[in-house]
Amino acid sequence: MARTITLLQAINEALDQEMARDSSVIVMGEDVVGGSGAEGEMDAWGGPLGVTKGLYGKYGDRMLDTPITESAFIGAAVGAAASGLRPVAELMFSDFVGVCFDQIYNQAAKFRYMFGGRAETPVVVRTMYGAGLRAAAQHSQSPYSIFTHVPGLKCVMPVTPYDAKGLLIQAIRDNDPVIFFEHKGLYETEGEVPEQSYSIPFGEANVVREGNDVSIISLGLMVHRSLEAAETLAGEGIQCEVVDLRTTSPLDEDTVLESAENTGRVVVVDEAPPRCSIATDISALIAQHAFDALEAPISLVTAPHTPVPFAGVLEDQYMPDAARIAAAVRSVAGYAP
Amino acid sequence: MALTKNDLLRAYRLMRTIREFEERVHVEFAAGEIEGFVHLYAGEEACAVGVMLHLTKADRIASTHRGHGHCIAKGVDVPAMMAEIYGRATGSCRGKGGSMHIADLDAGMMGANGIVGGGPPLICGAALAAKVQGTRDVGVAFIGDGASNQGTTFESMNLATVWNLPAIFVAENNGYAEATAADYAIGAGSLADRAEGFGMPAATVDGHDFFAVHEAAGEAIRRAREGDGPSFIECQVNRYYGHYEGDAQTYRPPGEAEAARANHDCLDMFAGRVTASAGIEREELDDIDRAVAALIDGAVSSAKADPAPAASEYLTDVYIDY
Amino acid sequence: MRALVMPKWGLTMTQGVVVKWLVDEGADVEQGAELLDVETEKILSAVESPASGVLRRRVAAEGSTLPVGALLGVIADADVSNEAIDGFAATFEAEFTPEAEAEAGEGPSPQQVDVDGHSLRYLKMGEGGEPAVLVHGFGGDLNNWLFNHEALSAERAVYALDLPGHGESSKNVGDGTVGSLAQAVAGFMDALELPAVHLVGHSLGGAIAAELAGATPDRVRSLTLIASIGLGREFLPGFLDGFATARRRRQIKPVLEALFADPALVTRRLVNEVLQYKRLDGVEEALAAIARDLVADGEQTVAIRERLATYPGRILVIWGADDQIVPASHAVGLPDGMHVEVIDAVGHMPMMEASARVNQVLAAHFEGLLTA
Repeated sequence: MARTITLLQAINEALDQEMARDSSVIVMGEDVVGGSGAEGEMDAWGGPLGVTKGLYGKYGDRMLDTPITESAFIGAAVGAAASGLRPVAELMFSDFVGVCFDQIYNQAAKFRYMFGGRAETPVVVRTMYGAGLRAAAQHSQSPYSIFTHVPGLKCVMPVTPYDAKGLLIQAIRDNDPVIFFEHKGLYETEGEVPEQSYSIPFGEANVVREGNDVSIISLGLMVHRSLEAAETLAGEGIQCEVVDLRTTSPLDEDTVLESAENTGRVVVVDEAPPRCSIATDISALIAQHAFDALEAPISLVTAPHTPVPFAGVLEDQYMPDAARIAAAVRSVAGYAP
Repeated sequence: MALTKNDLLRAYRLMRTIREFEERVHVEFAAGEIEGFVHLYAGEEACAVGVMLHLTKADRIASTHRGHGHCIAKGVDVPAMMAEIYGRATGSCRGKGGSMHIADLDAGMMGANGIVGGGPPLICGAALAAKVQGTRDVGVAFIGDGASNQGTTFESMNLATVWNLPAIFVAENNGYAEATAADYAIGAGSLADRAEGFGMPAATVDGHDFFAVHEAAGEAIRRAREGDGPSFIECQVNRYYGHYEGDAQTYRPPGEAEAARANHDCLDMFAGRVTASAGIEREELDDIDRAVAALIDGAVSSAKADPAPAASEYLTDVYIDY
Repeated sequence: MRALVMPKWGLTMTQGVVVKWLVDEGADVEQGAELLDVETEKILSAVESPASGVLRRRVAAEGSTLPVGALLGVIADADVSNEAIDGFAATFEAEFTPEAEAEAGEGPSPQQVDVDGHSLRYLKMGEGGEPAVLVHGFGGDLNNWLFNHEALSAERAVYALDLPGHGESSKNVGDGTVGSLAQAVAGFMDALELPAVHLVGHSLGGAIAAELAGATPDRVRSLTLIASIGLGREFLPGFLDGFATARRRRQIKPVLEALFADPALVTRRLVNEVLQYKRLDGVEEALAAIARDLVADGEQTVAIRERLATYPGRILVIWGADDQIVPASHAVGLPDGMHVEVIDAVGHMPMMEASARVNQVLAAHFEGLLTA
């Protein structure tokens, strides 16, 4: 039966069901239990935002609090994955990847290829990303393009609770390393989720709204803002097709190109800064393969090329919002050469 | 663990195989037959073999740039290794890894590693897997004096203690991290003291002395198997060749490697001891030498004759190509 | 004067989008004629005329989203004045209040029942009378009867269930044979204390229904086979495997399109619903197990004619003339005594593509009003 739960609950349920199904699944990270070695309660936190709350009681030693030592425990997750476990490591904020990037970029990503196809590294790195919580420059970034750039890594960013559960289960069952991005601003999003286990294949974008006038290609929290803009624009007679990339690696090129070919007018919305980004990548893809279908220049709505600011008045401008997206769509829709 | 005659002959055969392999790669590289970077282990054989004699196939090791010796001692197929160094389809990694990335997970060898300090976190993971699965397997991270200064090594030693992991850290201190002396680069006086700071027992041994390494490793691995947590061993050793093949080694005092080879060679020391006191005849060792020479000859000639990977292989073994 | 209103297709439907009018204002229409296309969260389908007459007003604009029960148009005789029509529409709209969300949730909702180790989901609509049970086909579920269930339940209790391995029933199917699926349906009838029912089966469900009717004729008051398997050899090659193994939209869409005469009925939402089902753990294995028993070397291996020969009751056979999965030619040359209804321009899903006609003949069949 499907019932309505939050994205946070969907992630917890995916971990719970996979740990119940497969004893080789372990979870490790900073405070994923919370309270280890302390005199108060165990499972005091269940993750900094409570995503893993309750799993310690069920799975005990398979829930591992780590010291704040990302390169050791992300590397240990990779090594354990190459030794028969299916670890889910939590890198609390994706901004922290700077201190453990080698383990992801040179080790996990490369084993399968570098060892001639004779190694599997079924590790999942769950990590929070995104701005909007006044968490400032080192806790608010959206660095998925950096990971997407690396051959051998799979990059997933669920937008709905349904997708979060199915994509995380897929990530855990997948034999390649997966970076699973969770937007802080989406944890409380509600949606219908089946109680049963299910998995969603990677590399299939989701057309979350159909329309024939303008394509909005987006990912993560920006999908919600794109939908908000599309709703406003529908009232003005502009029908937008909104595509949620769902995974940036592998990337569903076909759905992006089909949508661009259908509308001929494209806006790409990305929360990250504009250079070497998912937005530029998508626009290059369309320019390469759907050039003849284009009726207007591709428009990019992104963050500026600055760190994420703290003060509300600054951060609110930093993040693309529905109004900016709508303005970009209007300009693309009205473009005539 | 008492060493039987068979153990000793096996140890000798492994050390000799490593030596012969490296000497031959040195020659073939100089002749222009081998491409890329190679880092030779000649001179350090007793470290790998002294540790590996305690390990089973299910135990796991992680290695360094200088990985050939660890591979051979852990049981990776020698002709496949040679073929890998030649970039052949028949290589351990089907020609996709090369000297710096030879791996064989089925043999418990988690890879030579092109990143200094890349291995210790991986070994924490292998040891964690053994612990979670309730086996008595252990993980051994080989590092050099260079990696001994990496944060990953420090973090891994700490994590191994925190989680009481069946992990052993073996530092092969050959005196130079690339061209910089260990004496310069290691802030603490001793690697062993540093390891003790992470809460684990540490030993310092002569890395040319198979018996010293074997004894220290035996104690460390016993502790690990019995659930008593990690240990650290520093093996002080000489490398006979440069950091990589082609290194003129002008940073070393003239004659340093030659003197080590002449006066403190692990194979000579081993042969001297076992023929004097273990009831092994020189002829038995000579037989091994001949067999090993034939093995390496065969490995080189088959590697030279083996096919390169199909050109289309550059797109395989990755989940997607664009 | 009759109001043409936004229909309610299924329990969760609260609104629909008017996609396209199919008939001009002023045209003569027969009862059951398709007047306009409406799209819901689940499906795109045609709204049929509630009466014969003239479509006097197209009230709903194309592209508009309207709640269930909202006025779409007005059907009336040609001699009714324009003023009267306008007055009728104005009064209707003034008095119309959309069904509140709370009320929408109050209707019957699916239940689960345990049958021999299976948890089966079913939906009951209507009360009393001689009950009917609707059995879907391979890969389907109780929602396949979206356009029939409520209409059929006017005179009786009508149960639609999810077969083992399907919908929200448990995914263990045992050996997956028609016989064991039929046992599950019999167990379902036992659990719900239904001694005898009008049994309707679609496709694979037809073979299941025939199995039950042949084996326990006293439990089956009447039998209906819609595009049933088991009456001939041909079967669309690759369909079962294609359906069982597809994990992606691009793989499943052409498979689903083969089910309908009009491929436009396969909307993105329909595809998504099927994919959501297919992604559940155990579904692929369940479908593979069932498929194994149905087709070999491209031909059907299930045959139900012998079973039918032992069933003395009324049999109705319905087929879409353009069925690509199981050809309508299988409805030709059936033993005497069956009523056969072949519907033009309809594919393998006549109960969806020609729901009004199917509902009409089913109701008559249940009452024994059809002649062979």
